[in-house]
Amino acid sequence: MLRNGTRSKSLEVVCSTRSFRRYSGNPPPARLNAPIDYSITPLLHHTAKSLQTSSLSSKSPAARLNLFQAINGALTHALRTDERVLVFGEDVAFGGVFRCTVNLATEFGSERVFNTPLSEQGIIGFAIGCAAQGMKPIAEIQFADYVYPAFDQLINEAAKWRYREGETGGNVGGLVVRMPCGSVGHGALYHSQSPESLFTHVPGLKVVMPRSPSQAKGLLLAAIACNDPVIFLEPKSLYRAAVEQVPTAAYHIPLSKAEIMKEGKDVTVISYGHPLYTCSAAIAAAEEELDVSIELLDLRTLYPWDRETVLQSVRKTGRAVIVHESMINAGVGAEIAATIQDGAFLSLEAPVQRIGGWATHMGLVFEKFNIPDVARVYDAIKRTVEY
Amino acid sequence: VKPVLVHFPGAVNSKFTTQMSFQQPSTHPAIPTYRVMDSDGVIVDKERETPDVPDEEILTWYKNMLTVSIMDLIMFDAQRQGRLSFYMKVSAGEEGIAIGSASALHPSDVIFAQYRETGVFQQRGFTLAEFMNQLFANCKDGGKGRNMPVHYGSSALNIHTISSPLATQIPQAAGAAYALKLQSLQNPNIMPRICACYFGEGAASEGDFHAALNIAATRSCPVVFICRNNGYAISTPTLEQYRGDGIASRGVGYGIDTIRVDGNDIFAVREVTKKAREMALQDGGKPVLIEAMSYRVSHHSTSDDSFAYRARVEVEDWKRRDNPITRLRKWMQAKGLWDEEKEKEARGRLRREVLKAFAAAEREKKPPLREMFTDVYEEVTEEGRSQMVELGRLLDTYPAEYDVEAFEGGREG
Repeated sequence: MLRNGTRSKSLEVVCSTRSFRRYSGNPPPARLNAPIDYSITPLLHHTAKSLQTSSLSSKSPAARLNLFQAINGALTHALRTDERVLVFGEDVAFGGVFRCTVNLATEFGSERVFNTPLSEQGIIGFAIGCAAQGMKPIAEIQFADYVYPAFDQLINEAAKWRYREGETGGNVGGLVVRMPCGSVGHGALYHSQSPESLFTHVPGLKVVMPRSPSQAKGLLLAAIACNDPVIFLEPKSLYRAAVEQVPTAAYHIPLSKAEIMKEGKDVTVISYGHPLYTCSAAIAAAEEELDVSIELLDLRTLYPWDRETVLQSVRKTGRAVIVHESMINAGVGAEIAATIQDGAFLSLEAPVQRIGGWATHMGLVFEKFNIPDVARVYDAIKRTVEY
Repeated sequence: VKPVLVHFPGAVNSKFTTQMSFQQPSTHPAIPTYRVMDSDGVIVDKERETPDVPDEEILTWYKNMLTVSIMDLIMFDAQRQGRLSFYMKVSAGEEGIAIGSASALHPSDVIFAQYRETGVFQQRGFTLAEFMNQLFANCKDGGKGRNMPVHYGSSALNIHTISSPLATQIPQAAGAAYALKLQSLQNPNIMPRICACYFGEGAASEGDFHAALNIAATRSCPVVFICRNNGYAISTPTLEQYRGDGIASRGVGYGIDTIRVDGNDIFAVREVTKKAREMALQDGGKPVLIEAMSYRVSHHSTSDDSFAYRARVEVEDWKRRDNPITRLRKWMQAKGLWDEEKEKEARGRLRREVLKAFAAAEREKKPPLREMFTDVYEEVTEEGRSQMVELGRLLDTYPAEYDVEAFEGGREG
């Protein structure tokens, strides 16, 4: 409607004659930027056999789970085996807005799984107090975009607790803060953010982001067992999309340990979380078309991170591309790139490339142009190889 | 017409009315201030029993109040002489709140403090040596020389280490209280206990205060919030801090049992805290709010000259008119427990004790340099280890640039 109350003729014409996709998408002829097909991506264990040959190989039976179910499984195990574990946050009692805590309140009672008032600083302050008395609180921030009210509690309090308590030995190591993060197609400014680099600048916090259901379960259980406060970021776009075989028994994946997901000898691609799927697709295209062999690393823990695995890989390949969704400037990639030039300078055959979000916000309709896509990663690999 | 209860889930006990009337703060009477004795140390209500405490304990309170106040004077001057980086002339006027409330808690109750609660530490048994080691940040400081002076802490006394950010401890205390509640539910052998959380009226303006009282109420946490309302947050008088009836009136809004007490009356503070502790453990646990009124007689800290924003005469008036130490002293003198002679002896002795601990702490070396890197995480990270090596290299290359001998173990520390 225009201000005078009449409907714009031209708008009516446009809307009725052109077919619009609701969100920005990929044009039909796209070769690289095809949607990720999670049912065939090599990143997920689609079969029990694939799981058996992986680093997660175990005698335990496996079940097909998506990411939220794997998180739920890890929380269930933690609550069942340790009565110090508590799960709380906004709307977790009915199962959570992403279903990660479904059935937990029923099974473990409202004393251990409960809703809090809508106050992020309250949730984290409360969780720190619980942890300071020896409990193992797993606090949920509904979206990583809403963690900022709790920044003071996380940075000034949780991160510094052990240090300032000194020899009294007091600590809040039992604390785990879970939060869904990353783009989701239509999350716009406040349901898309990846604030990890704001936490990787904070000594005292561990920052973890899994890439898949099996990784999420093992890393979350390790985070819960860990005696340091952990920020656990969950790529929300994978909650339902990523489905794979996950061992039903409990297991830990070590923190601060990167994983070489695919060996290669010409370029190292380093990423974490959801963009690993993009990287995998770009690598497949690049290897086929550019006759190169590419190594893919999942950082998994973003701080304190596995510098040795990254440096060893780059010393071998001589080239590195780092990919993440958050802004390039002062992002996690900046630290990795600087560390590579410091620790693998003589091996480098090309400048280290960083691919990330542009220096802007996640405008609703612009998402596809803002997050690193297959074409951008492919382009970075190509330019690195051809340097 | 019979009033009808509303069906709105947000206010179930509300009734409909056809009278449009806005609730006005001015028509609500201010919450009264509970006191037991007046400023002359006379028990106001002649009908009531005198405090249910043996005389020796009252003498201990008095001695503890004196100790804190004497330590304050000495350390304030020490900072002025540059022997200490910073000091909060922390307690003047508020010794009664700290010591009176701490005396009513069980030693196993967990305490979260702001920084003006030296008396709480003193009453719990923190020693002069421990105060001094922390203030001088020496190698015997439990905080390993990492915190600013006055940021005391003691796990043995169940008091968490003080941090500078205001009000952050308030939601933490709610969470800690919830943990205590759950632990005694999970294990009946664990005695039920509470958290006590101290903060000033200025800190109560922080969002964390709101978050804390709300979550403590909704989760039924056994926590006693003790607000020290001393009239000033650094230079800001309460008129610029809030427009409601102090802090106490807010407690009611959160559904929290609340009382306001005369903070210069140690008997009243003790009694109120004792009752609040009892209430906090009732009905499966609940929070209680105490607003203790006082006047910050001293400057905010050694970095503050309070006469820049308030009249000297106002402060002198307060010092003369009323303070918790002279009030208790008057009561003790009337009872024949105390006299001028004892006062002189006690002051002299405490002064000597403080100076002795002061001298001993000042002589100690600083903690070993490695403690800069430890306790960031449970284990020093690979990055931390490599930076320790790098610092060592710098110290070796530029030995004249760093004073490593002041630290225990020197370069090798």
